Formats: sequence, C-alpha cells, structure tokens
Amino acid sequence: MSVPAQFEFFVDPNRCIGCQSCVAACSECDTHKGTSMIHLQTVNRPISVQTVPVVCMHCDSPTCAEVCPADAIKRTEDGVVQTARKPRCIACNNCVLACPFGVPKMEVEYSLMMKCDMCYDRTSVGSKPMCASVCPSGALYFGTREEIERARPRSAAINSFRFGNQIITTKVNMMVPRDSATQHIDVTAAMHDEAVNPTGMLENVFDEM
Amino acid sequence: MSRENPDQLSVPPDGKPYHQQPQWRNDFPIDWPQDELVARRDFTKFLVLTSFAFVVGQVWIAFENFARKRRGRPPIRMIAKLAAIPAGGSVTFAYPDAHDDCVLIRTAADRFVAYSQKCTHLSCAVTPQIEKNCLYCPCHHGFFDLATGVPTGGPPRRPLPRITLEIRDGAIYATGVEVRA
Repeated sequence: MSVPAQFEFFVDPNRCIGCQSCVAACSECDTHKGTSMIHLQTVNRPISVQTVPVVCMHCDSPTCAEVCPADAIKRTEDGVVQTARKPRCIACNNCVLACPFGVPKMEVEYSLMMKCDMCYDRTSVGSKPMCASVCPSGALYFGTREEIERARPRSAAINSFRFGNQIITTKVNMMVPRDSATQHIDVTAAMHDEAVNPTGMLENVFDEM
Repeated sequence: MSRENPDQLSVPPDGKPYHQQPQWRNDFPIDWPQDELVARRDFTKFLVLTSFAFVVGQVWIAFENFARKRRGRPPIRMIAKLAAIPAGGSVTFAYPDAHDDCVLIRTAADRFVAYSQKCTHLSCAVTPQIEKNCLYCPCHHGFFDLATGVPTGGPPRRPLPRITLEIRDGAIYATGVEVRA
C-alpha cells in the first residue's frame, strides 16, 4: 500500500486561524495516540496573531535521514519520510537539530524520534491525513492539484525552499500568491526581515491600552 | 544491490547520481525499498528468541520422557483366538492405543510374531509377506526381517517395535511393546 500519487499535501499558512483543530486531530491518530506530531507555531506573537501549522514537508533529500547515525529514518517509495524505526533509533536528537523545518520530535518516554508521517496509516489506504480532514479554513489541504487550483485561483503551490546555499525540494507544497515571482521560499533570508504589519490594526490596539 | 535503481527516489544533497556517491550512501540507503541491513539489535533478538525456543523444546522433551515413564506398562489385551489365525496368516490389531496399528503373524503352527505396523522410516503401514519371509513397506520399498523385525533393505534403519505375546487358554494376548534402537 502506498499514498496515491495524485493526492498531494498543500499548506497555506495565510489561511491558518490558530484553532488547534489539527493538533487535536493529530493526537487522535491511532499510531501515536495522545501525542501530536503537528506543530502549530506562532509568528512574532507580540504584534501578530498569525499562526503556522508545521507538518513534515517530506524532503526529496531528507536532512533528518542524512544525519541519522543509526540509519533509522527511512523514506518509503511514495516519498513519505517515516518516523524513526524503533529497533534502530538511538534517541540521539541529531534529526531534531538538523531538520530545517523543525519537524522531528524526540519522545523521551519511548527513546524514539517521532514525526509527522502524513498519517501513513490513513493516506496509504486512500484517506486524508487527520489534520487536513479537520482544518476548518483549508490551511492544511490534501487533494489533487486540480482541486486546489480550482479552489485557490490566486495562489500557486511551491515546493522549493532555500536555506542559505541549499535548496530543498519537498513532497508537501506551500501555497504562495500566484502573482509573486517566487522560485523558492527563502527561509533563512526571511528570518531577518522586518516584521510586516500592513494594516497597523494591532498597533492601534496597543496604543489604546 | 544495484546502484542505479529506479526505486531510489531520494536525492543526495549534492545532487550527483548514485554511482558518483560514496560507498556508504549505497550501504545505508535512505529509501525503504533499498534497506536490507539487519540491525545488530534485530539479529540479537533473533538469536535470543531462537535459543529460547530451543530451550523450551528441550524442556518439552524432558517432560514427555517423564510422562512416558510415568505411564507404566501397557495393559495385557487379547488379540485373537488361536483358531482364528491359520498358519501363514495374519491379523491386524491396535495396541496399546487405538492409533497404534500392529500386525500379528502366525509364521508356523507354533510360532507367532507381532510388530508395530508403522515403518521406522516414515510411519507407512508395513505389510507382511510371509512367502518372502519379510515385512514390506510400499512407500519407499523398505524391508524388515519377519522373524526379528530388523530392517534388511530400503531406507529404514531401526527395527520395528516388537509386541511381546503370550498364549493363554487358546487365545493370544499382547503383553507389551518392546522398542529397540
């Protein structure tokens, strides 16, 4: 069984409303019940309510697996990077430190790195991942490329990320404005950008307080 | 293991093809289908569990031996009336249990032999061939001497278990099983 090739994962952080549904749904999964593999990150919390759901991007050249000294992280033939294999994982945290997206989690209780595996138990039999099936705003979407292009005509899917001189291509797509001429999402450069607050709405809120 | 495998979908960070990659990248592939390494822990687990299974087997054999000794001698049971078996004739019977088929042969007017019918090779039923003075196993052409039950030809190497007999009051009785090595 493998994930059908026509189904792809699309992350659109602009649409995230921070409702934590994906986190709750993820921890309902039978393969890691009670532990969420999704990270709901806040962005510049003092001036913004923006949140970003972080699922595993399933890199074509998975850095976590590259740095694993125990040969424990494997990628299945459908391109899904799996949780570390329990008999091999030595809980060294290399993958947690190395992942550019900050996805792997060290579960100290089990001495095992666990990570988002795109709900392999569900997607490999044709279902949607837990998070994408509950997301109320469509920030996490699992479906065909035709569906997402029809539903989001102003967005384009991009799966190329730039970290310094390294370009990482991923199985999971990130939605960006269609009219931007972006080739890669330059993550490290964006880290040093000035905080953008075009509406100035929250600044007024703070003024009134 | 082929290096330019179409299943190899992970791209090394430098983007070069797999035959230009160092050997360790082929030895420790990221892709699940190429992963053939048996981890030391897996191997150790296999060794421990297998030897544990052998230990359990030895304990079981010891228990079986003990139970067999406890069972004692089989009961004395009548096989047939003497008059019912002509000289050169044979009867089959089950002794000591219903599934232990045996054969009684009257080789001469005053000579009786009885053996377990299970061939000592693979437990096929042996048939007496009195004119050839042997017991014959049709499965793999095994032969046993009629007078002693020792193998004389074919694959069997151990003699047939002999049923000890006793004649009382015109009837013949089985009194025990003599298993010979």
